[in-house]
Amino acid sequence: MNFFTLGETTIDAASLMRELSGTTAGACVTFEGWVRDRNEGRAVLRLDYQAYAPLALSEGARILAEATQRFTIVEARCAHRLGSLAIGDLAVWVGVSAGHRDAAFAACRYIIDEVKQRVPIWKNEHYIDGESGWLHPDNTPVSDREGLS
Amino acid sequence: MRYRILYFASLRDAAGRDQEQVDSAQADARLLYGELRVRHGFGLPAERLRVAINGEFAAWDRTLVDGDEVAFLPPVSGG
Repeated sequence: MNFFTLGETTIDAASLMRELSGTTAGACVTFEGWVRDRNEGRAVLRLDYQAYAPLALSEGARILAEATQRFTIVEARCAHRLGSLAIGDLAVWVGVSAGHRDAAFAACRYIIDEVKQRVPIWKNEHYIDGESGWLHPDNTPVSDREGLS
Repeated sequence: MRYRILYFASLRDAAGRDQEQVDSAQADARLLYGELRVRHGFGLPAERLRVAINGEFAAWDRTLVDGDEVAFLPPVSGG
């Protein structure tokens, strides 16, 4: 069973949270990534996420396995939206339970950071001025002219 | 040899398609990308991309075999 999931519909955070429970868990840390109305000073209307799904699922699972090895945690889950999202929508959810809070915070941070760096998912922002663009991991635009001399 | 190529994000927009079958004599992904970059006018150099072969990340110089599925992956921006 893959605890990293992709979906075209609203993430059910309450249901995922219940999967984190366990008698040895004394701490739970969750992270939610929401669609913001501005990026790099530009007003954002909505955005689309695209993924290379088979590899995104296997790489996401690998990250959760790494987190379980590196930190003393009980459960970890991550869900990422695909398709078209509006301002305020939940785009990504990470949840970790652990015996103690230090490991839960560290593992949650590790998972979201690695997902943003490694999982083949792309964000296309649509701006109020009608333009759109694919973004880099640091949220700066990918230029079509990049690398051309 | 015949390869199945997958495109994502800015490469998909530039190629105007999400995948295609390509007949090419190029023997590894770097050379194949070079050929397709010229054909489709891709701005991103191979150094900015990762490549996946048959659904797994792969080295650019891995020798391709007939029927391989090759995905060129622009810098990701999930989360």
